[in-house]
Amino acid sequence: MARLLLLGPARDAAGLRHDEVDGPTLDVALARAVERYGEEFARVLAISHVWVNGEAARADAPVTETDEIAVLPPVSGG
Amino acid sequence: MSPATLALDELLTWATRPDCGAVVTFSGVVRDSSSAHGNVHALEYDTSEELAEQRLHLIVDEAWRRWPDLGAVAVHHRTGLVALSEATVVVVVASPHRDEAFAAAKYCIDTLKVSVPMWKREHFLGGSAWSSEAVPLGDVVER
Repeated sequence: MARLLLLGPARDAAGLRHDEVDGPTLDVALARAVERYGEEFARVLAISHVWVNGEAARADAPVTETDEIAVLPPVSGG
Repeated sequence: MSPATLALDELLTWATRPDCGAVVTFSGVVRDSSSAHGNVHALEYDTSEELAEQRLHLIVDEAWRRWPDLGAVAVHHRTGLVALSEATVVVVVASPHRDEAFAAAKYCIDTLKVSVPMWKREHFLGGSAWSSEAVPLGDVVER
């Protein structure tokens, strides 16, 4: 299972910061996360960027147990 | 990235050097209001330090690429809870001449605000909420 990193509003929507989720691809893994966390997480995910191992990734990118999927909602640093 | 108070004086000393006639500093500090709330008394930053620092390094690298004559560039950002009037972010740029120093410092803070994965939670009288001024995550080199 890939590691899931949920930050900022995504963390609040899911109710946790770290989790694990099955692939085999990024879009499937994220669909499973939506099933798990519900509607509010789906809303946040829809406006978020998603990185795999620190870089933007295609929806059909394969994900394995060594990968980290980060859900990054709109940012507000500074 | 650090939960500790940002040391502007130390950064200023570090950046000051004989070949640079200009040192520009920018401090972003906690204000007592936002577009959504009054009576703000603190900001709380959530991030992945690893991911955020990757982006901060890219911003500094890009500043050097755009203004090769810079003598020093530093960008420090607080994590965790930051109280009213304390600095959340500090940018220090040294350059032989002021135009490059001002331009590079502005580039660094403007780009940080749209390209570094960080999230600001406003703590105000009666509650807290994520900042309503968030923007979609952008790239470092677009700006």
